[in-house]
Amino acid sequence: MRKFKEFIIEKIIFLCGFASIIFVILIFLFLLKEGLAVFKIIGPLQFILGKNWYPISDPPQLGILPLILGSLLVTLGAAVISIPIGVACAIYIAEIAPIKIKEILKAGIELLAAIPSVVLGFIGMVTLVPWVKNIFKVPTGLTALSGSIMLAFMAIPTIVSIAEDALYSVPKSYKEGALALGATHWQTIWRVMLPASSSGILAAVMLGIGRVIGETMAVMMITGNAAVIPQSILQPVRTLTATIAAEMGEAVVGSEHYFALFAIGIVLFMISFVINIIAELFLHRKKW
Amino acid sequence: MLKKIFAILVVTMLLIPAYVVGEENSIQIKGSDTMVNLVQAWAEKFMEKNPNLFIAVTGGGSGTGLASLISGTCDIAMSSRNIKEKEISLAKQKGINPYEIKVALDGLAVVVHPKNPVSKLTLNQLAQVFSGEISNWKELDGEDKKIVVLSREVNSGTHVYFKEHVLRKQDPNSKKEFSPDALLLPSSQAIADEVAANEAAIGYYGMGYISPKQKAILVAKDEESEYEAPTVENVNEGKYPISRPLFLYTNGQPQGLVKKFIDYVLSKEGQEVVLEIDFVPIRK
Repeated sequence: MRKFKEFIIEKIIFLCGFASIIFVILIFLFLLKEGLAVFKIIGPLQFILGKNWYPISDPPQLGILPLILGSLLVTLGAAVISIPIGVACAIYIAEIAPIKIKEILKAGIELLAAIPSVVLGFIGMVTLVPWVKNIFKVPTGLTALSGSIMLAFMAIPTIVSIAEDALYSVPKSYKEGALALGATHWQTIWRVMLPASSSGILAAVMLGIGRVIGETMAVMMITGNAAVIPQSILQPVRTLTATIAAEMGEAVVGSEHYFALFAIGIVLFMISFVINIIAELFLHRKKW
Repeated sequence: MLKKIFAILVVTMLLIPAYVVGEENSIQIKGSDTMVNLVQAWAEKFMEKNPNLFIAVTGGGSGTGLASLISGTCDIAMSSRNIKEKEISLAKQKGINPYEIKVALDGLAVVVHPKNPVSKLTLNQLAQVFSGEISNWKELDGEDKKIVVLSREVNSGTHVYFKEHVLRKQDPNSKKEFSPDALLLPSSQAIADEVAANEAAIGYYGMGYISPKQKAILVAKDEESEYEAPTVENVNEGKYPISRPLFLYTNGQPQGLVKKFIDYVLSKEGQEVVLEIDFVPIRK
């Protein structure tokens, strides 16, 4: 009886261990099954490079280039804002801050990670959007920039916690060696610590970007959702994720529109897959 | 431990049939965001009179409602547009027979910021503004400012109605679209908020949303016609050019509980509720 119990528990844990992989594969197969149907109506190149997104017209125009560029622009903006702040914050926490401040900062960053994105979106809508409109004298504050700033807040906790881990795992002897050679504290950080932990920091950045590109609710609320190819960051954009979320409800199951939304899902899946692979490569590269 | 798990399983199994039986006293209604407040008000009054019945009303857009009627997850769909051919044939495939009931009328108000000097437009001018042919308020005798066009998302019946009746003027061959620059906002409230905050914005929503924070534009059918405001009287008399019917869709002729609710909606009392929520009753 005991052996039997042992056997059952082992198998259950084994299943749990593989569950996530199985789910990912199933989700991907489902996406492919539903999404590839759109290519019977429109070629893959026309789909990805088409400039007009009018899914409910007859016949529908299903070009997602404006959506891809919208997602990339918002992500790029968020990266430009969050990477310097995130990495600098990690350096401060890992190397400079006294122990008490360190504890407070870490708790604060965890709290920031815990704020639901819809709340951030709402705060952005009532505070950031009018602010962007007045400062930059643009016709509307619902712009890619507003989305980037809000998303930067979401990426920072990821970047800080992983980059900080990377800085910690640099062997102590490196730091001691640098200091013993007469380098200042800053020189040690800049010339020794950062290069030594660069792969971990790059992984942190990639995971932060992955978080940003998949974010939906906040961008849908504050980027304006106009499906136009963006010329500047002060224009409204429509992202891939917001398109799926906003149009899911309308799409008649089995229509071109429905398949096109799943095809957008495939595109998003590919993007996050590539980003995660790059992060993994950096994370597991041999430390030097 | 194993016994506990077993006990929980047994209890859940016993509860499932109880839950299914409970369903018979309830109606699920889903669909148009424009109609949510109205149908919610009907449901509340109806439940007051019939305390043992339960009606759940959720929004999501006309398309969402019709999609769930077709997939059998709701009993009544609210829709601010007619059902499409495609949706009917899809429903037939699944053995569902959408049955249309007109329950109220709605005027679509076109709104701008109260400080905007422009206060009346023709349908033609509206079509040009929303399709992007006119992009500066100067061209409409307003200030020299870029027009910020606000629209609802494509899952909204209001979006579809506005495109077909204002942009395309009910011409099935017309290829006019909303300008790609148009901001697509997720709710009527979001449009109301943005118009209230932005002096260059123009948007549209059901007239129930009009408040002093926005100015409703007077609309004329063409240049010779009178400019009319979106009011209950004007919609009722057919003077205001952008008004539309609101529908409930059921699976086949309404029966049982659903019929009871629909009868209430169409009753004199039900139609009085329509007026309270700022829509236009179909009968007096």
